[in-house]
Amino acid sequence: MHNESLTFIFLQSAVINNFVLAMFLGICPFLGVSGRVNTALSMGLATSFVMLISSICAFGLNLILVHYHMEFLQLISYIAVIASAVQLVEMAMKKFSPALFRALGIYLPLITTNCAVLGLALFQTMRHYSFAQSLAFALGAGVGFTLALLLMSGLRERLLLANVPNVAQGAALSLMLAGILSLAFMGFGGLGSL
Amino acid sequence: MSVPSNGMAPTQTSSAAMIRVLGLVAMISGLLIVTAYEATKGTIADYNRQQLELAVRQVIPGAATIRTYAVAGDTVHLAEPGDTNRFYAGYDAKGKLIGLAGKAAAPGYADLIILLYGYNPKCQCINGVSVLQDHDTPGFGTKVATDSAFLANFTALDARLRPDESAVANPIVTVKHGTKRHPWQIDAISGATISSTAVGTALRRGTGSLLPALMRHLAQIEAQR
Amino acid sequence: MKTTDTTIDFGTFWEGVWKENPVFVMMLGMCPTLAVTSSATNALVMGVSTAFVLVCSGALVSMLRYLIPKEVRIATYIVIIATFVTIVSYVLQAYAPEIYKVLGVFVDLIVVNCIILGRAEAYASKNSVLRSVVNAAGMGAGFTFALLCLGAVREILGSGTLFGVHLFSAHFQPWLVMVLPPGGFFVLGGWLLLFNWLKQRVASAGTLQEETARAQ
Repeated sequence: MHNESLTFIFLQSAVINNFVLAMFLGICPFLGVSGRVNTALSMGLATSFVMLISSICAFGLNLILVHYHMEFLQLISYIAVIASAVQLVEMAMKKFSPALFRALGIYLPLITTNCAVLGLALFQTMRHYSFAQSLAFALGAGVGFTLALLLMSGLRERLLLANVPNVAQGAALSLMLAGILSLAFMGFGGLGSL
Repeated sequence: MSVPSNGMAPTQTSSAAMIRVLGLVAMISGLLIVTAYEATKGTIADYNRQQLELAVRQVIPGAATIRTYAVAGDTVHLAEPGDTNRFYAGYDAKGKLIGLAGKAAAPGYADLIILLYGYNPKCQCINGVSVLQDHDTPGFGTKVATDSAFLANFTALDARLRPDESAVANPIVTVKHGTKRHPWQIDAISGATISSTAVGTALRRGTGSLLPALMRHLAQIEAQR
Repeated sequence: MKTTDTTIDFGTFWEGVWKENPVFVMMLGMCPTLAVTSSATNALVMGVSTAFVLVCSGALVSMLRYLIPKEVRIATYIVIIATFVTIVSYVLQAYAPEIYKVLGVFVDLIVVNCIILGRAEAYASKNSVLRSVVNAAGMGAGFTFALLCLGAVREILGSGTLFGVHLFSAHFQPWLVMVLPPGGFFVLGGWLLLFNWLKQRVASAGTLQEETARAQ
């Protein structure tokens, strides 16, 4: 509908409207798997990979649904197809690239029902993105998600050494940190608009 | 009711049974979804049409009937479902064309700002803007839809075409607050410069692509064809 | 087993609201909790929609619990949940379009809310319809309560209103950041701090009582 440039879509999903810090998609892994930097990196990469696959699937599926005027099946078919596609990729990966599977494999089933993945598919349909635009959107979302996870895990590793009051330990502290990160990311607003 | 222990049979379930159950569940869910869809379809379509008409009437005051057109290449025709690149024409009760409206969009502070602008072919100026989507900071960026001084920019914003009708003579541009000199400039809101600039950019892009095609076919639109 | 099945256990309802509150205690369903609580009205609509999906899918899963083979149970649950979410989405679009515009994609994302799948898997697949419905209603009420806690605080601080009604005089300067994304994190963090503090006070009061009892 609107011919936004690929760079703008990428920037938009990666930093301006960061999936985690501005749109609140994928908070569960953000709080759950951000304890250590290397697990956070693997999780981020695996999620980016699933996002790319589901973006392609959702694009194809939407063409079929629109052709047969069955848009009301959108949600149900997206979730079914994305879950199956990820499972297929997981099996193929196990067979052909065990090294990659060891690095990302354990995270894949967790990610399938991550709201960032389904949210990505729904957003790209809602905004009528073309195929190239969808890919840029998925890539940006993946980069943004990985970035948020990495930043968070780095901060939390440092915080282990800090002496915080008992009441503030655990989730409460993580949320406050996330709030400050989110504030910082608001500084990206307006990027690419002038 | 005979219940297997713990609700699970110890033996492996056959594929046929699995498919049967999945089929049954899919049928139930299909039935429910289609019922809900059919029951709400009319209301949703009505609401969307009303919202659009409301926005169009806001930028073409006094329109009695509204027709939707679409631009395709070098021609203009009445829009059919699925047409992109649409614009709207408003006519008074006697069927005389009183204004046109088109959509425009540009990236603002947080996301795209989408507007509908009214275009008066007689003065060749923009005489109204209505914001359709704006996710910018509440109280700052959203002022572009409410600030009366800013909206005063759009009582007669110059968007004349060049004599050969190939492009807009003076592209619309947003200038810093208090430095507006020409009728094609938009005086920005101090404190919401990015959102104001986005409005200007949206209008410049929207008018630049739509108006030349539109003015070439003005006679056809006036005849309501 | 069958005799216990028919009695309704309201304890399970209150467990969902307080002791096992999905947001504050179990930390589930965080995405909608943070995303749609910029006003109390949005929070309420989101909570009620989620509760509706919870109750309906819980009932249906429980009804079909002897039919569903365990190999395909997750797929079946997801299809059932997605069905009810689609229905909610259409109903909201038709009868509350203004709110639907704000909630947007988060209505559809109820489908991946872990609370619902968790309830279907852990409770509804093992208990009678009535018990599952009561349990799901408790969870839904707990979720709605948590969303309202966040939505009310954010709306009061961020725009000076509650359910759209102005609370302060015109001189009130809204604390804008509270309705923006960072505010969601801060307010939820604040509530958790408060609950942790209360828990610690209760715990320390308990040990204090024990000690005084022992001294006597």
